[in-house]
Amino acid sequence: MTTLTLILLLPLLAAIALMFVPRNFAVIMRAAAVGVTFVTMLLAVLMFWQFNGAVADANGYKFVSTIPGLGAESLGIACKLGVDGLNVGLVLMGAIVAFAAACCSFEIKSREKEFYILLLTMTGGILGAFMSLDLFFFYFFHELALVPTFIMIGVWGRDVAATPSSLKPGGGDGGVAATKTKNYATFQITLYLSIGALLALIGLIALYLQLPADSRTFDIPKLTKYFTEHTMAASAQMFIFPLLLLGFGILVSLWPFHSWAALGYGCAPSATAMLHAGVLKKFGLYGLIRIAIPFCPEVAQLHLQLIAWLALGNVLYVGWVAMRQKNLNLLIGNSSVAHMGMIFLGIASLNLIGVTGAVVIMVAHGFLAALFFGLNGYIYSQTGTLEMSELGGLAKKLRFIGVAFVMAAMAGCGLPGFLNFVGEVSVFFGAWQVPALRTVTVLAVWGALIIGAVYMLRAVRAVMHADLPERWTTVSDANQWRKLPYALLIASLLVFGFFPRLLTGKIQPVTEQIVNMATAKGNSVASDVAASAALTASDLTVGASASAPEAGALPSVSVAATKSE
Amino acid sequence: MNVSLMSLEIAVVLLGIIVLVADLWLPAERKRALGYAAALALTFLLVGSFTSHCSCALVGQSAFGGMFVQDALSVFFKRFFLLAAVLVLILAVEFSDKIAAGISEYYSLIIFALAGMLFAASSNDFAILFVSIELITITFYVLTSFTRGKVASLESGVKYLILGALSSAFMIYGIALVWGTTGKFNFTELSMVAEKFVDNKVFLFGVLFILVGLGFKIAAFPFQMWTPDVYQGAPTPTTAFLAVGSKAAGFVLLLRLLFTAIPSVTVHWEKLLIVMSAITILYGNLCALPQRNLKRLLGYSSIAHAGYLLLGIAALNHAGQSAVLYYLAGYLFTTLAAFGVIALVLRHLDSEDVSGLAGLNQRSPLLATTMTLAMVSLGGIPPLAGFFGKFLMLKAVIERGTTNPGYYCLAFTALVGVVISLYYYFGVIRAIYWSKETPDLSPITLSGPMKISVAVCVAGMFYLGLFPGAVLTAATRAANALGY
Repeated sequence: MTTLTLILLLPLLAAIALMFVPRNFAVIMRAAAVGVTFVTMLLAVLMFWQFNGAVADANGYKFVSTIPGLGAESLGIACKLGVDGLNVGLVLMGAIVAFAAACCSFEIKSREKEFYILLLTMTGGILGAFMSLDLFFFYFFHELALVPTFIMIGVWGRDVAATPSSLKPGGGDGGVAATKTKNYATFQITLYLSIGALLALIGLIALYLQLPADSRTFDIPKLTKYFTEHTMAASAQMFIFPLLLLGFGILVSLWPFHSWAALGYGCAPSATAMLHAGVLKKFGLYGLIRIAIPFCPEVAQLHLQLIAWLALGNVLYVGWVAMRQKNLNLLIGNSSVAHMGMIFLGIASLNLIGVTGAVVIMVAHGFLAALFFGLNGYIYSQTGTLEMSELGGLAKKLRFIGVAFVMAAMAGCGLPGFLNFVGEVSVFFGAWQVPALRTVTVLAVWGALIIGAVYMLRAVRAVMHADLPERWTTVSDANQWRKLPYALLIASLLVFGFFPRLLTGKIQPVTEQIVNMATAKGNSVASDVAASAALTASDLTVGASASAPEAGALPSVSVAATKSE
Repeated sequence: MNVSLMSLEIAVVLLGIIVLVADLWLPAERKRALGYAAALALTFLLVGSFTSHCSCALVGQSAFGGMFVQDALSVFFKRFFLLAAVLVLILAVEFSDKIAAGISEYYSLIIFALAGMLFAASSNDFAILFVSIELITITFYVLTSFTRGKVASLESGVKYLILGALSSAFMIYGIALVWGTTGKFNFTELSMVAEKFVDNKVFLFGVLFILVGLGFKIAAFPFQMWTPDVYQGAPTPTTAFLAVGSKAAGFVLLLRLLFTAIPSVTVHWEKLLIVMSAITILYGNLCALPQRNLKRLLGYSSIAHAGYLLLGIAALNHAGQSAVLYYLAGYLFTTLAAFGVIALVLRHLDSEDVSGLAGLNQRSPLLATTMTLAMVSLGGIPPLAGFFGKFLMLKAVIERGTTNPGYYCLAFTALVGVVISLYYYFGVIRAIYWSKETPDLSPITLSGPMKISVAVCVAGMFYLGLFPGAVLTAATRAANALGY
């Protein structure tokens, strides 16, 4: 039993064990869920701590282990787990958020047994997806985590007074009646995410079939090695990369496939929203960075412009939608979609700083989204509503929650000192280095700074400041235990915000390798592909290669991040 | 003549006769338990099939001048049918209070149908193909209309009879045409001469007519008309056996016909199979969307699954054939689990409406979990059997995409079908967990054997989803026996 196997199996085995506990023992269920996720978190912290000293295998992965029996050897499927710099931060973040989510589940008052079983299953699935070094299980665990998401939203979710049309910038009334939003959201998120996942599955199978028949495998290190040595045929890349981009893009709510996200999170119970928006959604981004771009470098290069412009759609359009929201949860849901744009922009820059920044935002946004949805859950449990017009002045009564909320809002605006700042600055620096992306970058910076600040500060004013309505004078602040998850998440954001080297130091070698893999080949073959595709990729490749020598610039960025605080 | 090769079939037929005869002496109140005895005997045969004493160990032999073969494929399917029959018999005992008279006949008919399926698994000749199909179909005419007091059951029996007879007529006509042109009945012999007849229109019509007959058995478009009505009207154990056993028998015969008897013709029918598979998937899933009757819904979903299974046949490769076998294995556990729950929960209700499941999680958490897992598995979501089956199917189809882009279209059609199906499968789950009105909250008690049977289904779904290695090896070996 290595650390990673334990991190994966603990929540799943606990979920199975809980099935045999009689349903009257709700307290035990809760204690078990919190306890198991706490141990998982400790193990993840330990793993993160030992990471630098651990021995890497030939492919640069650490803590590699295989769970025997799972999978099918004849197809090259094995449940192999391992971490490198790219996913070690994500696993740590996932484990911390899972613990926070279990702590924040106090709001669940009915059918606790089923809820905690699903929560633990989801936790196991999420961590498994990020640790898996096998494409099949990478997909498998993601789907395993998705089903609980759907059921949790459907059973324990809440109806928000929103209509599908109010998710457009114009706002509006009519459409689906408010009481039915939960059902609507459940089915929308189920169908949308299933389409995305299945598209990605077809892409992944097609990728697997690119290998010669006798050596087919789903093993990611072996695939990486194969595609480093052999270039995939351009026609295959033209088929696979768009599929993966579309499939993963839907899963990450890339504009214009984002409409499931805000309403889904708005209706979800806090723990589900924390885990999905915070962690599970990063699956698609991780897949793009780990698989799609390095394996299909030439065609990926051709799509970078497209990704960048779609990312701008996230930042500007969805940001604008967020400004118009009247419900706090929908606002946060939309802002979380908007933040995805920044990550996509970092990926589109395809240079060391940009991609590293993207990974940093993935981790940072995980903490941040979990913090926000957790706080919203607390406010909802006190007031029974998240309509901003009905709230106000809560900071007077909810001292701790108010402070945490303001800090979360500041982190969301990209205030230095929080990890989000490090990531966003790196992404903007990285993107600026690519001449073809400068327009997008400028627009995105303005969009992120202004639009982000507008809706975040508006939310703070509407919920925390102004006069406290009479009916909320009885609300009470979080007690010591309830404070724990929020404190933990804020602490994580601050610790990594002040010492970003803890993360970037681990991420950087891997992103360097991935960027090299993507750009080196891209340069040599892109011109042919570009000619055949009647697209001029020359700007992109020049931009990408020009950035390579500046790889050393990254540490100074992190230092700048620390100093400016 | 090599009679010992058929010892398993002979034992099953004898068992059916024993059940019939025992009915004469047993007192009325103990007839119900006869089903358990029969299930136990079949379990014994199933376990025995893994030992060297059974005819299943005589792989590679044939009897009756090559009419009856025993190979990895037939052994795979024989175990499959035995397991299905055991689970269906246990279900039938549970259901017996709904059957007015003749419960022993009901058991023995199930066993005779099983004998037909066992023969189908080994058939390597048009004569035995037709005989086994008729043995299955004629017993099912009776099984579907067994609850004589219900008009719906009689209606389903009549519909199945008329359409079944029609398809049998097509099939026998087709067999006559094939025999008339080639002079061959035996699949192995036919495969040697089939190449010469690929341009012979009469021969091709003959094969097409045989496919009509098999298409009826597996409920593929455009021969699916009977499915929803018969599934809805028939007694639930019959429906379960029809969905699993009869469909699988159709598929084993289809595999033998297409890949052993006439491979040289099959390769030209790529497009036909692709189109048939795609339309079956879309038809089944789209028609299932508005259904409220659970059995009818599963009837349409069974059409859709016939379409997914046809993916593996349309792929025309080994991966596809073994995927069909794997998929059927998963389908067995999943479908029997679903019908088991339906039989237990809805037997006292007049309608089989989805709303009858409301509050099931409070009435019987075990059944609610089982139904949820069955729906999730039918929808093709990990970690259950349905996912790995669909994964194998997609892999087989995409593998062929480089030779014919039509296969990519087929893969995307399957994807659309899966997404549509999630809507109605999750609709069932929703009915269990979050429906407002729960009219009946009386707990449901399960008999011991039924608990075991449900546990077997759930374990099977997880085993095939998580540890696919062993069954996949068996399926691959069975597919290799086709010699395509």
